[in-house]
Amino acid sequence: MSTPIVQLEDFKKTYQSGDIQVHAVRGVNLTVQAGEFIAVMGASGSGKSTLMNTVGCLDRPSGGRFMLDGVEVSKLDRDQLADLRNQKIGFVFQGFHLLARTSALENCELPMLYARPSKSASAQKARAMKSLEQVGLGQRFDHTPNQLSGGQQQRVAIARALVNDPKLLLADEPTGNLDSQTSIEIMGIFQHLNDAGMTIMMVTHELDVASYAKRMVVMRDGRIVRDEQVGPRHNAVEELGKLTREQAAVNLAP
Amino acid sequence: MIVLNALKLALRALKRNTLRSLLTMLGIIIGVAAVISVVSIGNGAKARIEASIASMGQNVVQVMSGSSRRGGVSMGFGSAGTLTKEDYDAIRKDVKGIAGISPEVRNSSQVAVGNKNARVSIMGVGSDYPTIRAWKFADGDNFNEGDVQRASKVALIGKTTATTLFGEGENPVGQIIRIGSAPFTIVGLLAPKGMSMFGSDQDDVILMPYTSSMKRLSGGTSFRSFMVQVADPKDIDAVQAQINELLRERHKTTEETDDFMTRNQQEISEVATASSETLTILLGSVAGVSLLVGGIGIMNIMLVSVTERTREIGVRLAVGARGRDILMQFLIEAVTLSIVGGLIGVLLGWLASDRLSSLMQTPTLIATNSVIMAFCSSALIGICFGFFPALKASNLDPIEALRYE
Repeated sequence: MSTPIVQLEDFKKTYQSGDIQVHAVRGVNLTVQAGEFIAVMGASGSGKSTLMNTVGCLDRPSGGRFMLDGVEVSKLDRDQLADLRNQKIGFVFQGFHLLARTSALENCELPMLYARPSKSASAQKARAMKSLEQVGLGQRFDHTPNQLSGGQQQRVAIARALVNDPKLLLADEPTGNLDSQTSIEIMGIFQHLNDAGMTIMMVTHELDVASYAKRMVVMRDGRIVRDEQVGPRHNAVEELGKLTREQAAVNLAP
Repeated sequence: MIVLNALKLALRALKRNTLRSLLTMLGIIIGVAAVISVVSIGNGAKARIEASIASMGQNVVQVMSGSSRRGGVSMGFGSAGTLTKEDYDAIRKDVKGIAGISPEVRNSSQVAVGNKNARVSIMGVGSDYPTIRAWKFADGDNFNEGDVQRASKVALIGKTTATTLFGEGENPVGQIIRIGSAPFTIVGLLAPKGMSMFGSDQDDVILMPYTSSMKRLSGGTSFRSFMVQVADPKDIDAVQAQINELLRERHKTTEETDDFMTRNQQEISEVATASSETLTILLGSVAGVSLLVGGIGIMNIMLVSVTERTREIGVRLAVGARGRDILMQFLIEAVTLSIVGGLIGVLLGWLASDRLSSLMQTPTLIATNSVIMAFCSSALIGICFGFFPALKASNLDPIEALRYE
């Protein structure tokens, strides 16, 4: 068997909040193999954000072991974590987090600016362009975020996440700020990427969104309480067709 | 590559807030402009003093008679009249390497031509005097050594005096004037020399052989001072030493009991420029303080900028920027601010000193090293005051920065 992308063993995270110790995550074991599409669910305070931050190498575990693509993360320093994020992880955030007044293309080039060794400027541009085409925004490469709709902004964010060919696409509530149709479109992109072999880990609190994934993990009070394959899995293409028909029906109704 | 990218980013960030960037730069702009214009005014004043000292003559050693005391009050050098005709002849004969020597006998007298009269300072000098002081003739010629021997009643007239007595445009050469009670023939009109460094008009003067002046006007027998011109500027110290030695021997004095004083032109110019230099340093440091204040302005605005762009920093950190990348970005932004400010300041300082020189009618001299210094210190200020905000940005926690609203 190949190296798992994510391997958490008895992962614990404790915050010091004043005098009180907050146990955000109390021992989680989770393994994500290459090619998986996993949704992490849970109410707020369940520890899912902490889990995501750790898997995203933005934070280090207080206890246990975390291996990302075979690298022991707990022992790395700040710069090494930054390099790991740069090379192995693509982030998609709920609030898109694009740089304002900066074109879609330049937003996509951002992770490559910090890549070591760095590519030539023309190679960066070509790679960013390819990535934008992958999410269907090739025509709008010169638009700034405020000229794009929410769904388009999220696509730019996905394109940005892909430019350094990460091992893991990490999405934190990617549809939280989007309407249902756009959400399905984004899920469609994820399913498409996953079919092409991308490993995706996604945090959501909507069961509807989670059912586009292949596997679902539910957290409560810092522990995993359920870990199962998604039963009847949604397919974005079908769902989108269904939605269009429903809307047509509404429009036809007298 | 990283630096180039950071520079591009910095320029874009500054362009986005054009007004704010300009206001931030204002401190640096004013500071640099002030330093440059103050130093240029100072240099101009210094150059003017040096020029007027040069107008005293080239490579000159001045020998002055000692001071007399009247009721315990020193009357100043030159008042004792310890320099004699014999001293003059001895220096002339024995000191090696001199190109010319002339005594100076000063007094003032009533001078009349027709119905016009004026009180004019009269200088009794040797025939070398116009050469020593590089004083040219507008018309006529110098009196000669024979005139000095005979104490002839001949005189050279300065431009201002000529205008006062004869009116504008009238040629005084060949005319007779009454100095005191004696008639003198004007043999030469001196070319204008302008203000002395003490502000007096050097052209309001009549020169005559010192013999004539002593015999017919003052009746004195001693000299106030000699001016000795050295043939080779390298020998100026040697000539000064020779004169000292010779006069000490003649006057039987030692260094402590000297009844005369010699000084060379360099010493004179050092004393004269010292005060203007002090003023330049003083004003320059005031301008330097404003540079410092400009630096604080930059730090302030960079801190605001870091706070404003916390989320951007978070995104950059999340996609893999190291702390150092962020540090560089903000540092280069601060340095760009200060350097652009510095450049504008240099330009403004240049214009200002140009305007000032025509407004105040004083020459200004922009020194290259003051431009370089002001510019470099503005860049340095950018680095120093930009470092703390940049460090703050680079130490942000990515999770908190991303969550920042």
